[in-house]
Amino acid sequence: MIIETSTKRKTYYEELTEKGYSRRDFMKFCTMIAAYMGLQSSGVAQVTEALKTKPRLPVIWMHFQECTCCSESFIRSSHPIVADIILDKLSLDYTETLMAAAGHQAEEAMHKTMKEHYGEYVLCVEGSVPLGADGVYCMIGGKSSLDILHEVAEGAKAIICWGSCASNGCVQAAKPNPTTATPIHKIIKNKPIIKVPGCPPIGEVMAGTIVHILTFGTLPALDGIGRPKAFYSKRVHDSCYRRPYYDAGLYVESFDDENAKRGYCLYKVGCKGPSTYNACGVMRWNNGVSFPIQSGHGCFGCSEESFWDNGPLYQRLPNIAGFGIEATADTVGKVALGVTAAGIAAHAVATNLRKKKMIDNLISEGKESEQELKAE
Amino acid sequence: MNTTVLSKPHKLRRVFVWQLPVRVYHWLNALSILVLIATGFFIGNPLAILSGKEASDLYIMGTVRFIHFVAAYIFFFNFAFRIYWGFVGNKYAGWKNFIPTNKQFFKDMWAVIKTDIFMTKGSELHTIGHNRVAGFIYFLTFIAFGIQCLTGFGLYSATSDWWFPNLFAWVPAVVGGDFMLRQIHHWTMWFFILFTVVHVYLVFYHDYVEGRGEISSMGGGWKFIEEEIFEANKKAEEKKK
Repeated sequence: MIIETSTKRKTYYEELTEKGYSRRDFMKFCTMIAAYMGLQSSGVAQVTEALKTKPRLPVIWMHFQECTCCSESFIRSSHPIVADIILDKLSLDYTETLMAAAGHQAEEAMHKTMKEHYGEYVLCVEGSVPLGADGVYCMIGGKSSLDILHEVAEGAKAIICWGSCASNGCVQAAKPNPTTATPIHKIIKNKPIIKVPGCPPIGEVMAGTIVHILTFGTLPALDGIGRPKAFYSKRVHDSCYRRPYYDAGLYVESFDDENAKRGYCLYKVGCKGPSTYNACGVMRWNNGVSFPIQSGHGCFGCSEESFWDNGPLYQRLPNIAGFGIEATADTVGKVALGVTAAGIAAHAVATNLRKKKMIDNLISEGKESEQELKAE
Repeated sequence: MNTTVLSKPHKLRRVFVWQLPVRVYHWLNALSILVLIATGFFIGNPLAILSGKEASDLYIMGTVRFIHFVAAYIFFFNFAFRIYWGFVGNKYAGWKNFIPTNKQFFKDMWAVIKTDIFMTKGSELHTIGHNRVAGFIYFLTFIAFGIQCLTGFGLYSATSDWWFPNLFAWVPAVVGGDFMLRQIHHWTMWFFILFTVVHVYLVFYHDYVEGRGEISSMGGGWKFIEEEIFEANKKAEEKKK
């Protein structure tokens, strides 16, 4: 997958210098983003080279069933160039929330990009697609999001699913999922898909994913579920600064106890860090200021599939539907154990009644032998 | 065989039923499962430890997890060995004791249920190794073993660099993430607890009712079978040939 080079379009570096960035700013950005992407130091040169020589990557950014928190996260990523490069300069030819054009003009811009860059534009999708009631729950410009997705995906060289909505459905796909909200990979099967889950994903992770495609002209290495390995191969738990408390066995028992003040591990108050794959512990949020656990609240696993349905946020075991309120696997297990014990007791009694003859025979035979030996 | 009249007093034949590898497997399995359940409960809901010590001086959860993982490896390879032994072991260890291959298996299961659960008379089958219901339940436990190995190593794979646990890296993706994996792992553990309770009870039950040395058989490998039943079994075997 090589990005087409055309003389018409300006390179990122050209656009940035026009905008007033110094070379120093540019290099700082390249170094930072290369580090975030997990490249070795020689990778910095590759990133710099790509941004200097390659023309802008045409991008169409669709918003379906979502809250735009992904975009918000993106434009707040730590280096100003991230927002500039991607939003102003990434040739964001169509995006409902940020483009200046509206109505027919916007539609025209989108179709122009789709036509001119057929087969080479990257489609970014924010939000899930409702399939219920022929897709009427999400209509843009008189068309259902499903129709739009099919139309736009046709000429895309790859699809990036921003956030948990596009990656796995997120809140609108939570039970009972009234609009049949569906993640992109279940609708589009014939395109390479990158999932960047999170509610929202970290801005630098989003930028890193795009810069990877730019720099290398290929998709980043993906894990089994389709997430970039560079950002989603470790659990939040594995990079958590409170991990030593976990290993030591020191836990917060309730949010206002002494242990919480000491900053102990939040495992027992339902932290989902041990089952959540994300880079929060390393990259953190808002210019690396903090992340939920650092602020004293457990991770609730926003980048994991169906995290809304995985039970209460402040419990380790989810409640089991159909077994009454607040029944966890352990409650059900304990009841089953009690029932089993009662069954065994009943069986033991029944055995002594129904098989009395057999048992008596064995006992009497044994006792007879005993007597015989005594007699001798 | 139902009509076999037993002599009085019983004349018993010593039959070597459980080979040494089967017995070693059994006890290693029992021990590792007990350790896995105990440490698993701790990992799922650790005790509140009040300690004035610094975290750097403590490694309680770390140690418990270490024991859990060691026991898991022992459990897995022990299980793998037992599968192998199901093909090379003696008649009573073979895989056909566990996996139904014909209708007779289910008919025999029904007979065992009638005898031991409903306690009706006249349907006794005098099996020497596993009775059919026991064999089938063990087959279900093997499936549960498999589930625990898949989910356990699936959870473990992300923290390991070794190729072996990484063979299980695909598991989380199949069930929709570590969270669901963790729940399945936890639920299945309860099957082991219930199984253990019933298993231990039934061993005592059979020993008590039949007097053939059921409890001690997993120690020395011997069971003591009435002469008449031994002969009847022998005849049935010869007929098969």
